[in-house]
Amino acid sequence: MDKTVPDLAAAVAGIEDGMVLMIGGFGGSGAPIELIHALIDRFRATGSPGNLTVVNNNAGNGRIGIAAMIDAGMVAKMVCSFPRSADPRAFTEKYLKGEIGLELVPQGTLAERIRAGGAGIPAFYTPTSYGTDLAAGKPVAEFDGRMYVQERWLKADVALLKAELADRQGNLTYRKAGRNFSPLMAAAATLTIVQATKVVEPGEIDPEQVITPGLFVDRIVEVAEARQEEALMRQGAAYQ
Amino acid sequence: MMDRLSNAQIAWRAAQDIENEAYVNLGIGFPEMVAKFQPPGRQAIFHTENGILNFGEAPTPGEEDWDLINAGKKAVTLRPGAAFFNHAESFAMVRGGHLDVAILGAYEVAENGDLANWSTGPKGVPAVGGAMDLVHGARRVAVITDHVTKDGKPKLVKRCSLPLTGVGCVTRVYTSLAVIDIEQGRFVLREKLPGLSVDDLQAVTGAELVLPETIGDLVTPEL
Repeated sequence: MDKTVPDLAAAVAGIEDGMVLMIGGFGGSGAPIELIHALIDRFRATGSPGNLTVVNNNAGNGRIGIAAMIDAGMVAKMVCSFPRSADPRAFTEKYLKGEIGLELVPQGTLAERIRAGGAGIPAFYTPTSYGTDLAAGKPVAEFDGRMYVQERWLKADVALLKAELADRQGNLTYRKAGRNFSPLMAAAATLTIVQATKVVEPGEIDPEQVITPGLFVDRIVEVAEARQEEALMRQGAAYQ
Repeated sequence: MMDRLSNAQIAWRAAQDIENEAYVNLGIGFPEMVAKFQPPGRQAIFHTENGILNFGEAPTPGEEDWDLINAGKKAVTLRPGAAFFNHAESFAMVRGGHLDVAILGAYEVAENGDLANWSTGPKGVPAVGGAMDLVHGARRVAVITDHVTKDGKPKLVKRCSLPLTGVGCVTRVYTSLAVIDIEQGRFVLREKLPGLSVDDLQAVTGAELVLPETIGDLVTPEL
């Protein structure tokens, strides 16, 4: 078994208009910048994929990564908990003009909806958001004297993730706090695409250290000199 | 102008109630300041929603590792015994009641424990982050805040007028004038600035203060 593909263009092949994309990362930590930029390259060259729904904790920062996707006009809707950042212009400008949709989800509910999607659990109850505007229209129920809100699973056509090590079977490790949503998204997407800083042979990652088992991973591309979103931001980088 | 505590002094007071080795989440912004004022000999274990337990201070400038950040996207360092985990596990710690204390900011706190701290209304871009999860997570959910708004209106109110973050969730409020517990849907005054009369405090509080037999003096260092 070998899930590696030769380059970034091959990694993002087959992503179509209107798909739901989960993109790993919390702010810049764990953000798969090179995969995102490869998708922007394809959009610029072919006009596709557009009309995308993007699931991420945030809604882009500056002029790179998800913000650059929004700038390029590829994103119809964001599903996120916190569409603000140091430089949120890309999302804010389009949102205030009504050119991009927003589904605002509390952060823990977002994580659990993705987890549920990957685990085959169609709905669950959480105390989060009970009695607030974000629970409007959702079923509620009492358990052991306390009120809870029903939330539905969240699944995606594609996940774009960044790992530290990947073996050819797709077993993954992550760097520091960079894993955040990625292990959940790997399970919740039909097609899980990973950029790994280093690709190794099966057996080279100690099974006790595997964080995402390879079963959840479909494609791996090695990006040895992966850039960090926050570091790029601070250099004033723009992907335009 | 009434004497009032600075933000640092409010944070200091809140820090005095955090026990050694407590598991604590500090909301982004003002609440992060609480970490600086732990009494000597006490070391809480800080949780951040993006997946770290036992993080420490900011690194020296130039030493940042941007895969090592807190929920406010600020660079942090690790303390011995730190752990990483994914977002679902992180919020299992929160919602599952495994944190001892969460300290949050507020626009309004109501006497029934309702909290409004995420939205000032329909204008602009809404953002909630982890606030709605955190208020249902910790065994103690405390708020630190000025006692009144910038234009002098009470922030401690009968019922919140702004969009709620959570219902009946706050257990203690540390303000620039007082320390107030929320018990059985009432504000119970525990401490107030020594020079401040109960009447003057009541005048800037939007719901009735319950007065126990003993009301402590709220005294902090100069900070």
